[in-house]
Amino acid sequence: MSIFKQHKHIETNVFFLAVGILLCVIVGGLVEVVPLFTIESTIEKVDGVRPYSPLEQAGRDIYVREGCYNCHSQMIRPFKDEVERYGHYSLAAESKYDHPFQWSSKRTGPDLARVGGKYTNDWHVRHMINPRDVVPESIMPGYPHLMRALDTSTIQGNMKALRVVGVPYTDAQIANAVKDLTEQASSDSPDAAVLKSYPKARMGDVDGDPKKVTEMDALVAYLQVLGTMVDFTKVKPEAIRR
Amino acid sequence: MSTNTDATRYCEDVVKKFVLAAIFWGVVGFLAGDFIAWQLAFPALNLDLEWTTFGRLRPVHTSAVIFAFGGNILFATSLYVVQRTCRADLFGGAGLGGFIFWNFQALIVVAALTYVLGFSQGQEYAEPEWWVDLWLTVIWVAYLIAFAGTIMKRREPHIYVANWFFLAMILTVAMLHLGNNLAVPAGFFGGSWMKSYNLFGGVQNAMTQWWYGHNAVGFFLTAGFLGIMYYFVPKRAERPVYSYRLSIVHFWALIFLYIWAGPHHLHYTALPDWAQTLGATFSIMLWMPSWGGMINGLMTLSGAWDKLRTDPVMRFLVSSVAFYGMSTFEGPMMSLKAVNSLSHYTDWTVGHVHSGALGWVAFVSFGALYYLVPKLWGRKEVYSLKLVGVHFWIATIGIVLYITAMWISGIMQGLMWRAYDNLGFLQYSFIETVEAMHPYYVIRATGGLLFVLGALVMVYNFVKTIKGDVADEAMQPSTAGAR
Repeated sequence: MSIFKQHKHIETNVFFLAVGILLCVIVGGLVEVVPLFTIESTIEKVDGVRPYSPLEQAGRDIYVREGCYNCHSQMIRPFKDEVERYGHYSLAAESKYDHPFQWSSKRTGPDLARVGGKYTNDWHVRHMINPRDVVPESIMPGYPHLMRALDTSTIQGNMKALRVVGVPYTDAQIANAVKDLTEQASSDSPDAAVLKSYPKARMGDVDGDPKKVTEMDALVAYLQVLGTMVDFTKVKPEAIRR
Repeated sequence: MSTNTDATRYCEDVVKKFVLAAIFWGVVGFLAGDFIAWQLAFPALNLDLEWTTFGRLRPVHTSAVIFAFGGNILFATSLYVVQRTCRADLFGGAGLGGFIFWNFQALIVVAALTYVLGFSQGQEYAEPEWWVDLWLTVIWVAYLIAFAGTIMKRREPHIYVANWFFLAMILTVAMLHLGNNLAVPAGFFGGSWMKSYNLFGGVQNAMTQWWYGHNAVGFFLTAGFLGIMYYFVPKRAERPVYSYRLSIVHFWALIFLYIWAGPHHLHYTALPDWAQTLGATFSIMLWMPSWGGMINGLMTLSGAWDKLRTDPVMRFLVSSVAFYGMSTFEGPMMSLKAVNSLSHYTDWTVGHVHSGALGWVAFVSFGALYYLVPKLWGRKEVYSLKLVGVHFWIATIGIVLYITAMWISGIMQGLMWRAYDNLGFLQYSFIETVEAMHPYYVIRATGGLLFVLGALVMVYNFVKTIKGDVADEAMQPSTAGAR
């Protein structure tokens, strides 16, 4: 076949070879990635999804730091058993402010997409310090080091960086970051200012040390908001049909 | 394929260094993997220290085996092969080669330290933070210059097929690495310099991540190692590649189709259905070029099949291609949405990856190393072919234990998750499914231990080879290995 004879032009010229390779490998990525930014139905129009509060975002950074995604997914698939076990299947909208996404690909432990509100703060603290205290058969590592103080000096800068990548933090939210963070980790008041900026934020000191904001406070605040932002009793089916 | 009979003085010192580094990082990476495998069976091994938890050590394992072991193997073999098949010494010489080598080794150490200390981008196989990514980019560009530069000054009219695969690996990995690591460092805004946020979030980030992640497998661990197959299998078998035309079809079809397959990692997620279906379709099509390549590798042994019995190095190479065929059948099957609904999130995926990683990538690497070490250090053959046979069988038994344990635990866990009792309730709590995994985690970790032991046998063999020792049985290689 003559087509194979023509191949000599490519395999005798490294430039042609490189161009051929690049043309071949660029197509698939473009076709699969670009429409996700242009097709409007990719991300559902549902109410309630908001940027993470400063304390929650700090907790999320800890979640990423500790590599929780190596064992826990945050993506409930639309199967009967998963919906019964974990709750409503996950929407793309629910992770639209997640940089990076943490859907994960392994469930050595259970899915966490809707873990918010399922357990008490106290349960989470005991579970993190030694998982086998509350779940004897658990194979999760203990995280006693999370009881140390949270470094709050970087939170404003981190939020500004998140704004650059598309998380719509307002100037006021960034200016009040440390105040909001401290308030969320210490106050139980339903009138707290932080709740106006970040509805449904889980309030209160979780680790029994109200004077100190710990990494534990942050991580638990993050876990407690997971999957709770969208009120599925108010979502119309057509809003999430794709 | 030319032999080193002409006057060209190949730059082999840098190849030797990469070979030694690959052996070292291989053992480190296998050990790290086996340690975290035992952690899953016995959680006390997490030691309650922040630096030794599974979550921080798993990226150490994956980076060590993929990038440190696999990367050094690719550097060693590609820089060896490109010089020989082009009859030209390395472009940039020992200077550029040394720059690549030392920077890459330092980068590995630094990346591993950052994971252990808690700095991570939080994306699988792309954990290094932004400044490590930039550093790798510099190394990679230097690699491209050395590799393509050598091709440009070749004294052979044609570019040998192995080099097509290596070049595709280098270019595509560059594209993937840059595309998936577009991140904004928080340090520019008063945040931490050790922290960045990916430009993409949510569903778009999921797509770019698995476009990257799947093709780290497709190009780093497949195209690159097919380059190894296309040189070392024919060399060791002393036969030409089975079919030149099949090589052409294999190459272009493989690189075109592979890049589309990423969405099969996101079946039934919030990724739009059209993208999932597209990913599954291309994954199934990918079966064809994959097996075309396998056939091209295996049929190269036409008329030399007896070597499988007489030469344990050949046994590694041929088994690797067989494992390649097996896992490239299993992969498309798992990309079917119905199968994936069961296998996703379970150990089946882990088993699949390891049948490819241990059976294909590591075995073809061992075959290449057993070929290269005596060659580079001027020995006739390795110290002991019998020990190569021992390594082969220990490692093979280890792989079989590993993948069968993961098949059973994965399918079992998937079935337990979806099991209902006769009253219509979910039959098992999640923790019951974790408990059920325990025996299989022990078997898997035992399999991994055998794989490590096999690698240590190889290290001993190489130490003796480099020292210049020759075992008694080397005089009669035809009886080496098992009958």
